[in-house]
Amino acid sequence: MAKPIDQFTWKDIPLGCVVVEAGNAHEYKTGDWKSQRPVVDTSKCIKCGVCWVFCPDAAIYKNEEGYFLANLDYCKGCGICARECWTGCIKMVEEEK
Amino acid sequence: MTDKRVGMEVSIAAAEAVKLARAEAIAAYPITPQTHIVEHLSELVADGELDAEFVPVESEHSALSVCAGTSAVGARTYTSTSSQGLELMHEILFVVAGMRLPIVMSLANRALSAPLSIWNDHSDVMAARDCGWVQIFTENGQEVFDQTICAFKIAEDPRVLIPTIINLDGFTLSHVVEPLFMASQEMVDQFLPPYNPVYRLHPDKPITMGAFGMPEVYSEAKKSQDIALRDSYAVILEVWGEWGKLTGRNYHPMETYRMEGAKVALLTMGSFGEVAMEAVDRLRDKGIDVGLLKLRLWRPFPFDVIRESMKGLEVLVVLDRAISTGGIGGPVCSEIKAALYQQTKRPKIISFIAGLGGRDLPPEHFEEMVHQALKLKNKKKLEEFYTIGIRG
Repeated sequence: MAKPIDQFTWKDIPLGCVVVEAGNAHEYKTGDWKSQRPVVDTSKCIKCGVCWVFCPDAAIYKNEEGYFLANLDYCKGCGICARECWTGCIKMVEEEK
Repeated sequence: MTDKRVGMEVSIAAAEAVKLARAEAIAAYPITPQTHIVEHLSELVADGELDAEFVPVESEHSALSVCAGTSAVGARTYTSTSSQGLELMHEILFVVAGMRLPIVMSLANRALSAPLSIWNDHSDVMAARDCGWVQIFTENGQEVFDQTICAFKIAEDPRVLIPTIINLDGFTLSHVVEPLFMASQEMVDQFLPPYNPVYRLHPDKPITMGAFGMPEVYSEAKKSQDIALRDSYAVILEVWGEWGKLTGRNYHPMETYRMEGAKVALLTMGSFGEVAMEAVDRLRDKGIDVGLLKLRLWRPFPFDVIRESMKGLEVLVVLDRAISTGGIGGPVCSEIKAALYQQTKRPKIISFIAGLGGRDLPPEHFEEMVHQALKLKNKKKLEEFYTIGIRG
């Protein structure tokens, strides 16, 4: 995107609000919607990836050591990963200022 | 180039105009009194006379949704409906306007239920007046034919790209046989180039159409849409001018009849203009300085032309064929009043509502409106609106 969307004037709006760049949703960081965030206890994680399968926002990634972690720029704190985790290694904790 | 004079039902003429415009995709659901338009188009496609996709759908909501898809991939797209059908399309009317998809629609104007009525008035289009389409009214079969062809050129112009409704009165226009000049295919091809969209859905170049707009951008999007509809005015005049040069038939946002020296004017939209002309002739014979204004272009609303048309008028009588229930009364009159509010010199405006749900309006009713308006013009307090031909 040439400039952030909140700087678009009405003249900058593409015809019919068409989005001409494919896949630019990643530029829009939605992680600040969450009130809870997942914290992983890697000592209990078996690297099964079930959290990665269930995450509805595709916000979970695999790090270099093979553990699955949430990208907090996009994680909305729904808690599905914690609920589905086989070993219970994911805990949801309150977001604090 | 000459064009052929024929006698033809106006619905068939509308369908023939769509064929001459080489529409590529048509989706419509039959509804009285639009049925003959769609039936004839489906025959033309089935007989191989028109090379188009004809999609029979199960509802008007689906009809316009299909049109959104075909227009988005770059096909010249047409639909037609009436009354309840337009109401069922209501949601998608706004969607395609916001997405700037240049669909053309013939709207055979009909009253809204309840009580159920298949007959003509303007309730349907007035309930959709803010949908963001270009909206044009027609008075006779020739105008329906001409405006249908012009509509594609207006809608698809890269400076416009706004869907367009051609209003024709149900039955009083749609079902009558009239003499009219048909344009030749060569003539229409010369006038109307193939549709060349700015954006189209295509797998080779993925884009997103109809995405959501966050609060940071929605207002800007609506402003750009509003400016685009206002700016379409210049293109509409240009297209009508070009058609006029080609055919000798000229169109204006406001047509006038015997307005020279008029102190009183009637204002109508649609097919009752011809009846009102008869009334104006009779009143002129009796020495009343009356003329007729026929508003053709409803959206974009031609503010300047309306203000200009009021020069020298003492009384303006506006006929509405729809009712804003519990509100100002007539939608056309209320907009004209609003357009003149800032003017220091403006005529006394008398609002009449009549001709609802197929109630006929003979010339005598128009004469009566003028007589009543002349009596009312010095009254301090006027009703929001008056009626003609309603018992009791």
